[in-house]
Order: sequence, then C-alpha cells, then structure tokens
Amino acid sequence: MTKDEIKAVVLEELGNIAPEVDAGLADAAGDLREEFDIDSMDFLNLVTALHERLGVDIPETDYPQLFTLNDAVTYLAARA
Amino acid sequence: MPSLGADMEAGKLTEWLVKPGDTVKHGDIVAVVETQKGAIEIEVFEDGTVDSLLVQPGATVPVGTPLAEIRGPKEAAAAPAPAPKPAAPRPAAAPPAPSLAPAPVPAPAAPAPSRESRVSPAARKLAAEKGIDLAGIAGTGPGGSIVYVDVEAALRAAPASAPAPTVEKPAAGGIDLAAMRTAIAAAMARSKREIPHYYLEHSIDMTAAQDWLAKTNESRPPAERLLAGALLIRAVALALKRFPDFNGFYEDGRFRSSAAIHVGVAIAIRGGGLVAPAIHNTNTLAVDEVMAKLRDLTARVRAGRFRGSELSDPTITISSLGERGVEALYAVIYPPQVAILGMGKVVERPWIVDGEIRARAVLTATLSADHRVSDGHKGALLLREIDALLQKPEAL
Repeated sequence: MTKDEIKAVVLEELGNIAPEVDAGLADAAGDLREEFDIDSMDFLNLVTALHERLGVDIPETDYPQLFTLNDAVTYLAARA
Repeated sequence: MPSLGADMEAGKLTEWLVKPGDTVKHGDIVAVVETQKGAIEIEVFEDGTVDSLLVQPGATVPVGTPLAEIRGPKEAAAAPAPAPKPAAPRPAAAPPAPSLAPAPVPAPAAPAPSRESRVSPAARKLAAEKGIDLAGIAGTGPGGSIVYVDVEAALRAAPASAPAPTVEKPAAGGIDLAAMRTAIAAAMARSKREIPHYYLEHSIDMTAAQDWLAKTNESRPPAERLLAGALLIRAVALALKRFPDFNGFYEDGRFRSSAAIHVGVAIAIRGGGLVAPAIHNTNTLAVDEVMAKLRDLTARVRAGRFRGSELSDPTITISSLGERGVEALYAVIYPPQVAILGMGKVVERPWIVDGEIRARAVLTATLSADHRVSDGHKGALLLREIDALLQKPEAL
C-alpha cells in the first residue's frame, strides 16, 4: 500500500473513534492523542483496527513510534 | 419507569421494541426511555411473554410507573395478569414529588408497533446521518427490531461510492449534552448539599502492575490486550469485599450495604459530560472479563447506547483523569452511593525500595467517602488494601 492509502485508512479509523474531530484541521505532526482527543482505550481500539485492516502487528513497545499521524503512517508504511 | 439516577423523577418512553405476545427473557432490551442522560435502553429482568403495554410512546411518566405487564412462563394465557412490575430492580432514591411529576395515566394498550417504529434511537440517528434507508435493513434486536449494529452492518455492506450526506456531525452519540449537564448539576449539588464528604489520598507503587501488564500484553494481539484500568477496577472490587461500608446506598436516612459489587466507571463523553455505568458483579469477573466489559461499555457509552440497569446499579464509582495529566482528583460522590475513588496519572517518582532511592511508577489514588457511613480510618484501610492487591497483579 502507498503512504496515501495507509493515511486514508488511519484517518478513517480515527474518524470512527473521534467522529466529532475534523481531520482536516488536525496537525499531522502533533500529538495524535491530543489532536484527536483520544485516551488509552481509544488508542487501543485504533491499534486493534489497524492490526485487523493492515495486518500490521503493533507491539506496545512500539506505541511511542505512533506519536503523531505522520509517525503512524511512516511506521505502518514500513510494515504493511 | 426505572430510576436511572438519584435525581430522576420521570422519564419519557420513546419507543417499544416489543409488542404484546412477544416472548422476552431476562436481559432483553424491550424499550427505550429518553432521559437527561440520553436515550437509555430498558431491559426486563424476568422471562415471559409481553401481556400488555401500559404506556404509549411519547408519554412522560413518573419513576415507578409500570410500563408493561409480563406474563411468566408458567402462567396460563387465560390467567389474570400479574401485578405490574417496574423494570428496575431498585426503587427510586426518593419518591417523585406528585406536584412535579405528571400523574401516571393508565394508557390503553398500545397498538403493535409498526416496522418503522421498531428501530432504536441510536440506529435511527446513525441511519439518518449516513443516509441509509431503514426499510432495507434486517433487524437483529428483540422482536426483529433494528439496532445500532444492524445499521453499522448495512453501512459496511453499502457501496463505497455512495455519496456522503451533508449532515451535522453527531454530538457524542446523539446525547443532549445540555440536558446531561443539567442532570450532573442536580446530582452534584445534591451530593455536596447532603453528603458530608471526607477525602483521603494514597500513593500506590504501580511498577509491579505495569511490568505485569507489559509482559502479559507482549504476546497478545491488540484485541486481547489489557489496560491498567482493568487492574484498578478488579483491585477495587476485591477490596470492597473486605470493606462493605463503601459499597451500597444511603437512602431514607440509613445505609444499606449491597451484597453485589457493581463498580461504576466514569466515562467521558466526547464534547462534554460523562456517565458512570456499572460493570455488574465486578468482583466475580477475571481481569480479562473486566477488560472486555470495560471496552464494550466505553464503546456503547460513546455511541449513546447504554442500558438502564447500567446506570441505576453502580454501588461505588471509579473516576480517572490520569490520561489528561491530572495527578490527583477529589471526586464528588454520586448519591445515593457513599464513596467514589479517584485515580490520577501514573508518574515516575523517587521511591525508597530496600533502603535505596529508585524511580518507580506511582499513582495517586483518592477516596471521597460519606462520613455518615464510614470514617477515615476505614477509608485508609480500603486504600491500603487496594494498594496491596496491586502489588500482586498476577493474583488479581
């Protein structure tokens, strides 16, 4: 998958978790949890959804590598 | 009409999901009631057949008003109808004031709901937002009613090229946040007016719990991973078995300890407000089961789909703001409960271990408790017990 395709998947899943957030206004280089107002349960649901859709295993120790939206796309693109 | 909160005096029945003649069993969702906390799904607590519906959709009736008659499985069809029974297992904290609440009008049995009416509010709202025609959806809810997951399934099956309708984004699962704020204000004002709170704070070394979680989650797929919150809830439930003075209700001038432990978990709603639904019989659940319940509850609360018993049954509440950077919170008791625990952020702190200063993961737990029921000494013992349980997470 291309980075754009992966980004679209990530944004779609973020939209499912935080439907009230306008992804277009979110800073892709900002803290994902702050930009989308997500807590640990939301983040776990995001990781679960990405695991199921992209087949990428994201161990807990790698969570810091998904700090921003850009980080997450880069991380997933290297493994999808 | 079940009581779904200490300050609820009346509720509006918005729709029936069953009709006379339908068979129901314990736990089935049979109706939807609109309250200040949103649309609440109402369950039945016995098996049987719906004999008659006593309240029409759209009617607002006081708490305690019978909504329907259900004939038990052993009662013959020709037998007299049983005495009306409220859907809630626990009576309202205070009887509704007659001058405020509308008198219960013995409405004639409602006609069987039409196909269109047998749609849960959450499902109807989602369908409207996504432009999905309900007529094309097969319901899997009680009596074939269309529920939220049915619309979700229809959305997944819909062509991706379907034009997105230009509708306003949902506000927290369709919940009226202004009404919820009013409800919170009433409950919290009553709490501060009536309950003599006392507050305790206790630092818990969470290093063992965090290490155990990391090791446990290492080999698990994301769908099966645990969060620290599940351990905290489990530890609190176990500790309450030894300290029943914090588990129950203060009503009619006296405390009634609850034999069952239903830990309520405060869950923030996007856009503001919160609810604290119960994880029923928390002390009987393994940590994995607590996590599954917590995950399900969080998802449903944020989708605006929670059940009456989940709102009315909590015997104590846990609130956490640690993820928002708060190190300690001193919560307000939700009446008629008599205690609430606050969990703060886990932070690295210098900690003395075996005579040496080490960095440890420390959580500040607080207890707000009702001084009419307990005193600080017992509260301190409760916090200490929770701490001790968290030092052996593998045993939780």
